[in-house]
This record gives sequence, structure tokens and C-alpha cells, in this order.
Amino acid sequence: MSYQRRLTQVTRTFRIQLKTAVWALCLTPLAVLACRAVTGDLTANPISFVTNWLGRWTFRLLLACLALAPLRVLFGISWQISLRRLLGLFAFFYACLHFGVWILVDHFFNWDQMIVDIVKRRYVTVGMLALALLVPLAVTSTSRMVKWLGGTNWRRLHRLAYVIGVLAALHFLWLAKKGRTDQYAYAAILALLLGVRVWDAIRRALRKRRQARATRAAALARGSG
Amino acid sequence: MLIKRAPMFKASEITDPKLYFNRREFIAGAAALALLPRGAAAAAAPAGQLLKATRNQSFSISDPATKFESATTYNNFYEFGPDKDDPARLAHTLKPRPWTVQVDGHVAKPKTYDIDELLKLFPLEERVYALRCVEGWSMVIPWIGFPLASLLKRVEPTGQAKLVEFTTLQDPEQFPAQKPSLLGLSGIEWPYIEGLRLDEAMHPLTLLSVGMYGQVLPNQNGAPIRLVVPWKYGFKSAKSIVRIRLVSQQPKTTWEKAQSQEYGFYSNVNPEVDHPRWSQASERRIGEFMRRKTLMFNGYADQVAWLYAGMDLRKYY
Repeated sequence: MSYQRRLTQVTRTFRIQLKTAVWALCLTPLAVLACRAVTGDLTANPISFVTNWLGRWTFRLLLACLALAPLRVLFGISWQISLRRLLGLFAFFYACLHFGVWILVDHFFNWDQMIVDIVKRRYVTVGMLALALLVPLAVTSTSRMVKWLGGTNWRRLHRLAYVIGVLAALHFLWLAKKGRTDQYAYAAILALLLGVRVWDAIRRALRKRRQARATRAAALARGSG
Repeated sequence: MLIKRAPMFKASEITDPKLYFNRREFIAGAAALALLPRGAAAAAAPAGQLLKATRNQSFSISDPATKFESATTYNNFYEFGPDKDDPARLAHTLKPRPWTVQVDGHVAKPKTYDIDELLKLFPLEERVYALRCVEGWSMVIPWIGFPLASLLKRVEPTGQAKLVEFTTLQDPEQFPAQKPSLLGLSGIEWPYIEGLRLDEAMHPLTLLSVGMYGQVLPNQNGAPIRLVVPWKYGFKSAKSIVRIRLVSQQPKTTWEKAQSQEYGFYSNVNPEVDHPRWSQASERRIGEFMRRKTLMFNGYADQVAWLYAGMDLRKYY
């Protein structure tokens, strides 16, 4: 077997094992929730507890997904990038469950009340918007879709993930009662992850400008020399 | 002052089974306590200790009481931490003995009472009240205590007394969340201050509670003595009180200081005046699946609406 082929096989095995492990990790919060439901450990207000649990895990998965590229920027590692789709789709899955519990169980199909809440309560507005924006990202997550849209367009569309992150942060900040502090922690982590990207973008733009200048200077030198 | 019997509250023999079984225990326990010398009964400090009280049916609603476990594990008591399970988890850090309640301000006879003195001063009643949290959930709790009016009459408020200010214990050793936090982010200033207008404080419904479910108040519920004002949002019912002061200026309550646009001085339960960020039209009664409509003044409109006659409740939220 050629060295190249062997390397690809090892890489493939590693990828499969990695994704399986992450799949298991992503399903663990649901498993824990199921266990707690069975043992009756969902607190005195189970609907509120489950809604908050699912919401928190949605945000954590979203942050995990948004953390993968910054890891590459900061540490140069790239094996984790293949997990983006997995984590992104799981975030969408948890978001659907979170919304589902809210409308089905908390409001029990009270669509009128739901519409009123979406329009009047701004934390619900941004939450619904975040969920709505996740849909096109979920739909275009397949390789076929990447090909169909073309790399550049696909990348542009999936930058919506940053907007979704901000909306999620607002959703949490606007619903949290004073006296709580974890909503700030989530927002701070998001700011950090987006900050790394901004810093990286600036750095690259500067480098490009420097290179362009160097190329022009060299061309001028050749022309005159 | 005319106290009308609210037609919706039927005197009823229906009792939550848990409470019924507790009764058997406390009657036996009370008999045992009666046999002990006075001093021993007075040193009744730790939670779980049975507390004898007479049910006051005309001040009790017929709704079934919330499960004791729910009432003692789902609490907002930010001195312990912001999560609902923090108070029960950290309850052991609070020491309800020794404890004093300073009653002063514009009164003719100011006094600092020892808690055990207060326990014996007035006959203890059991009243089943509804409690509605501003967050949108509610419980039905059989409180044990005596009317605040009884204590206030004893200290004789002077003509300058217009309002009553309540102060909760401040002690970072007993209340872990009162330790200075990172960047002071929690936004809550200690000690916890609450207040009532004098007529609200003197209302027969306003209770100083020392027990619940037939026993001494558990730490997470505001031991050893707390306020219960059932027609207002739960945060008005200050817990673990150390001082009751008669004042002439309206005190700035803790939640008013933390977020004045959302939490006002009156904070009467009102389904028509929404919290700026969520609706107050419905609530989840803990233990029930479907939400229920929130009632004006938490169902106590007949007894308290007259206190606010002509007042714009949207302005004075």
C-alpha cells in the first residue's frame, strides 16, 4: 500500500472515531435529561427546567461550533474543522427541541399566545429569528448543497452563524432575571470567539495589503531596472 | 376596616393528604411538646421541628397545598445563589439561632425581640395562602404565623409612621452569595430591603410567618421569621427578617434598586400589567401541567382592592 493511501486510511479512521465520539457527547445531555425524567429529578417546575436545559445546550453547541475555526487561527490545528457540520446540526436539533417544548408543552399549542409573545416579548422575537436563520443553514449543510451553491456563496450564507450567535446571546440576556450572571458568561465567550475572527480578518487584510505593495514595488523595480 | 369574606374561598375540609398526615404527627408531637418544660419548647430551632398552630379557615383558600418537597426545593433566595436549588443545597449555612428582630423607627415602644420570645407572644395560626412569583409560577402554602398587625400594635406606631421597612439578614458567612462577587455582576445590593404602606402592613392578611406545613420554617424558606403578603408578587414577602422599621419615607426596595423599570414598590399581582419582558396574564401552579389564568391581586381582590381605590395600578406597579 502506498504511503499516501495508508495516510488517507488512518485519517479516515480517525475521522470516523472522532465523529462517533462527538455524536455520543452531543447526545449525552438528552440522555441525562431522560434519566432525570425517569427518576423524577426535573425539579418542582419540570417544564421550565427542561426548556432551560435544552436552551443552554443549544447555546453551548453553537459556541462549540463557532470555536472550531478560532482554534485553527490560534493554534494552527485543523482536524477539528470536520466537526463543524456535526455540531452545527446538533445545535439546530437542540434549538428545535427547545422551541418545541416551549410551544407544545409550556403554551400547549396556544398559537395566539405564541404569536403575541413573538411580537411583544423581544427575547422571544430574537429567539425565533435565531431559530429561523438556523433553518437555511441546516438545509444547506450537505456536501451536495455546498457544490450547488458554490464554495464562496456557501461560505457567505454560513456566516449567518455569527448573527445567530448574537441573537442567541440577546435572547439569553433579555430573558435572564437580574441576580443571575451566567448570561454574561455566554455573551463574553461569544464575543471572544467573534473577536478572534475579527482579529484574524484584520491580520489577513493587512498581510494582503503588504504583499500587494511588495509585488507592486518589485514590478516597478523590474520595470525601471 | 371591613373584612369581606371572599365568595370564592369556601371554608373546606379538603386537605392535601400530606398535610393531613403531618397533622397526625404534629398533634402527637404537640402533645409531647406540651409535656416538656417551657424552655425546651422555646428552644425549638431546627427545621423539621413540629409547630403547633390552629387552622384559620376564613383566611385559607381551598386549593390543595403544593407538595412540601416542591416548596422546599424550588426557591428564589438569592442570598444563597441565583439557582432554584441553591437555597435547599446551601440551607445549612444559615443559623436561625440565636436570632433577634429589631422593631423600631416611629414607634412609641421600640424593642428588640428574641425570636423565641416572638414565638410565644401571639397565638399561632395556620393559613393556606397562594403565593405568586413575579417569574410566572405559583404555589399554595400552609403558613404558620401571626398577623403583622399584632406586633405593630404592640410597639405603637406614632403619627409619623407611614410605611414599614423590612430588612433581611446580611451576613456573608451565612449567606454565601452576599460575599463580594466577581465584578459585582449580580446587581443585587445587600441587605435585602422590602417595604409596605402602613395600611398594607396592618391588613389582616399580612402575616409574619414562623412555620409551614406543620413545622418550623425550613432555612431555605426564610427561617426563622419571614413576611407573607399573598396579594403581591413573592419577592415582597421578605425572608429571614432581622429588622422591622416604621418610617415616614417610602424605602427603596432591593428589587426597585436592581431594576426599577421592572419591579415597583407596590408589585401587586395584576394580570393586566405585564412585566416589561414577559406577560403576567398566566402562571404555572407548581405541580400542574396546564398554565392557569392569573387572578387580580392573586385572588385576594375582595380583601385588598379597596386599599388601591382610585390608584393607577399601571403607574404604581
